[in-house]
Amino acid sequence: MGEKTSAFTTVGPEVRHQIVELETVTVRFAGDSGDGIQLTGTLFTNTTALVGNDLGTFPDYPAEIRAPAGTLPGVSAYQICFSSQDVRTPGDQPDVLVAFNPAALKVHLPDLPEGGMILVNVDAFTEYNLKKAGYTSNPLEDGSLAKYRVYKIPMTTATLSALRQIDLPSKDKERCKNFWALGLVYWLFDRPLEPTLRWIEQRFRKNPTIAQANATALRAGYAYGDAAEIFTVHYRVRRAQIAPGVYRKITGNEALALGLITASQLAGRPLFYASYPITPASDILHELALHKNFGVRTFQAEDEIAAMCAAIGAAFAGYLGATGTSGPGMCLKSEAINLAVMVELPVVICDIQRAGPSTGMPTKTEQGDLLQALFGRNSESPVAVVAPATPADCFSMAIEAFRIATKYMTPVILLSDGYLANGAEPWRLPSVEELPKIELRFRTDPNDFYPYLRDPETLARPWAIPGTPGLEHRIGGLEKQHITGNVSYDPQNHELMVKLRAEKIARIAEDIPLLDVFGEPEGKVLVVGWGSTYGAITSAVEHWQKKGASVSSIHLRYLNPFPRNLGEILHRFEKILVPELNLGQLALLLRGRYLVDAIPFSKVQGRPFKISEIIDRIGELL
Amino acid sequence: MTLGGNGQGTVVKLTKRDFVSDQEVRWCPGCGDYAILAQMQKVLPELGIPREKFVFVSGIGCSSRFPYYMNTYGFHGIHGRAPAIATGIKVCNPDLSVWVVTGDGDGLSIGGNHLLHAMRRNVDIKIVLFNNRIYGLTKGQYSPTSEFGKKTKSSPMGTVEMPVNPICLALAAEATFVARSVDRHTDHLAYVLERAARHKGVAFVEVFQNCNIFNDGAFEPFADRSVKDDRMVVLEHGKPLIFGKNRDKGIRLNGTTLEVVTLGDGITESDLLVHDEKRPDPAIAFLLARMDYPEYPVPVGVFRAVEKPTYDELVNAQIEAAIAERGQGDLEKLLRSGDIWVIE
Ligand code: SF4
Repeated sequence: MGEKTSAFTTVGPEVRHQIVELETVTVRFAGDSGDGIQLTGTLFTNTTALVGNDLGTFPDYPAEIRAPAGTLPGVSAYQICFSSQDVRTPGDQPDVLVAFNPAALKVHLPDLPEGGMILVNVDAFTEYNLKKAGYTSNPLEDGSLAKYRVYKIPMTTATLSALRQIDLPSKDKERCKNFWALGLVYWLFDRPLEPTLRWIEQRFRKNPTIAQANATALRAGYAYGDAAEIFTVHYRVRRAQIAPGVYRKITGNEALALGLITASQLAGRPLFYASYPITPASDILHELALHKNFGVRTFQAEDEIAAMCAAIGAAFAGYLGATGTSGPGMCLKSEAINLAVMVELPVVICDIQRAGPSTGMPTKTEQGDLLQALFGRNSESPVAVVAPATPADCFSMAIEAFRIATKYMTPVILLSDGYLANGAEPWRLPSVEELPKIELRFRTDPNDFYPYLRDPETLARPWAIPGTPGLEHRIGGLEKQHITGNVSYDPQNHELMVKLRAEKIARIAEDIPLLDVFGEPEGKVLVVGWGSTYGAITSAVEHWQKKGASVSSIHLRYLNPFPRNLGEILHRFEKILVPELNLGQLALLLRGRYLVDAIPFSKVQGRPFKISEIIDRIGELL
Repeated sequence: MTLGGNGQGTVVKLTKRDFVSDQEVRWCPGCGDYAILAQMQKVLPELGIPREKFVFVSGIGCSSRFPYYMNTYGFHGIHGRAPAIATGIKVCNPDLSVWVVTGDGDGLSIGGNHLLHAMRRNVDIKIVLFNNRIYGLTKGQYSPTSEFGKKTKSSPMGTVEMPVNPICLALAAEATFVARSVDRHTDHLAYVLERAARHKGVAFVEVFQNCNIFNDGAFEPFADRSVKDDRMVVLEHGKPLIFGKNRDKGIRLNGTTLEVVTLGDGITESDLLVHDEKRPDPAIAFLLARMDYPEYPVPVGVFRAVEKPTYDELVNAQIEAAIAERGQGDLEKLLRSGDIWVIE
């Protein structure tokens, strides 16, 4: 992927509108948060998915709903990388920057490589807006953009003139300029308008004038590219060679919600999802609330604590109980998660991590909650922890979380993050028939029933739900006597129970897949990642492998317990590099567990790794 | 652990003994909690509900040991969170009779938020708040219901906090059933608990409970048998508010104020406020709830009992409506929703 920029910057011969084929392109839309940037990016992504490219996206928006217009903090951006080859990340650097105003240009210009293409809305470069963005002179005129290919496009006036005939206040017409720009970008990359036109028609069914205005703007933008004399070429990115199947585009949060519903269907029990609104987890609640005909009960609780407690109550009652939150909410939930540990009920806790500590940077990504997930509760409190590697993997890991939770009667924490949550990729739909059922075993037999008599294999206690005659029993947060479940302060019993709870989680290792090494099974450098860094790490490792370097990688989707062969793999390499979006939490665990010299590679900027950053760091170890 | 029931789920006539668990009761001898436990075990068999359908949920505190002593399903939760746990249980299985046992610290301090929201949502759960106006389990600190100026271990010079009135709080949250009783007034307590049990919707019951170790006699000045007739008033639906050993005193509504009057001298029963627990707006109930000794007799009984759709009912009705409208969810279809494309 590192090579693609040069291919892109080669301008074709001066034949009007020649089509130049490209392998991979990264486009970034940037503008005011009120400009509809996220929507524009999403629609471009939908179309790109439909034409069969592989893709990855990175929405990057301010936490404020409407930061002051035209200011730097108000800039919202959406990046998409699409390709005829495998795409694992949203791209390190944009090849094309679509800047709706001076602030957007200012914020995003530093990411643009030399020779990159800039499409600016020249109408927005007024003295007032320039000043707001902190420009002392107009960059479009002062020569400061000489290194780039700048296209000054009158997006606002062109939109207004295209919409002359439409009866709308000009303020509303002006708001159609994102569709106009989208049309232009569609032309530039030779994409069809139909998917977006269909979307407009559906979305504005109740407001045909707005629908007409947006559709007209979209078409006008496209026609502008074709007719105006400013572009000499446009580009085509062929379909990717990806595995046959039925695909859709999916974000991590959508996949997670669908995974939770699927788990409930596979288990034959309804889902109860309790949550308190929090960025970037709220979309899961919104999505689940739409699917009540799957028996999904959503509960918008009064706070994070109540959400966790209600999920525990639901689990006690025999439902699939789940909750979702982000770091600050995890802090509040810890006491109740510990209750779930003690009463040994299956609850899935989704932590969509964000930059912290405290409120931190709500819309920015981070992997800072790993140690919290493992240890952030009083006393010895083992829980299973899983982490999806890609947006689509959120689907599989949500099912996996419930499989583990119900089989072992334990809370399971699923660690996603803002990057996975909002990032999108094509997802090959699984065949529902082929998904393994989740077998639930509810205790009904009152003979020899003891609430803490464990299954000899899994050490799970029986799940006996209220309403079952003869199984009346009491559970709670006080220490339990082994087998009977009565309250017990006996010292030996306590130690036994602490060890049993730990052993129960440890045994899950027997029940999860072994790690696959990407690359040679032994060698010089092993890169170890977990969660959302999968794409960047794999691409970086592949880069070195192509050059013949001895670099392999493994990616952990199970963080507690670790896969059984982890230690053995670690010991087969000379150097171990652990890139993480934190200050080295997994590295600390690997050092502690396996006595290896794991080298942390940290990034905590609220942004994902660039492939090039990992490539460079690996290079230093070779 | 008790292996009770006949295991078949058939309704047999249950007795008090069926609700007594095999766990040794660990409250201090003389504690008011015993009386409440006894009345609960007496009332439940009368309801015609199979034992396995009862769930008792509690938080932390002396009162929260309650579920261990009930031979039903029980969940001893964490401090203050019982209403949230109970909400999860009830929404998922509306068939159950779900009870929350809490105290003034558990329910009004650390768990105030959950209590408020369970009540305003009208979740069909029964909340019994043992109010002893002290922290018992942690050995004697003041609670949110301790009177202003109370000297305790954590307030050696007296508290500087105004207490909260649990009934006022419940009414402000528009709980659909709000009542009060006293641990030792056993018949009245049984009556109130049974009313709560039979109410459809959230029921909030405050029980004045004597903590004979850390706050002995807190309610004696008005609740003691020797004085209660003169210092307490029993609210009865449709009846004028009369009290006094000689039934010669009453409560009259004067403008927006309640006043104590003596019958005779031109004042008759018809001048008195007639209690209406079904009154949709809780304003008068609120005035009643604010009556306190010594200015007023302390009211007990049902302040409010109105019918409204319950939260659990509404949640489940939406599920049914969604299924009726869109059909039982089809997973294959759901996964394929939105734009899809096929790679050959
Ligand atoms: S401390 Fe008070 S409330 Fe607690 S059990 Fe003893 S008497 Fe009862």
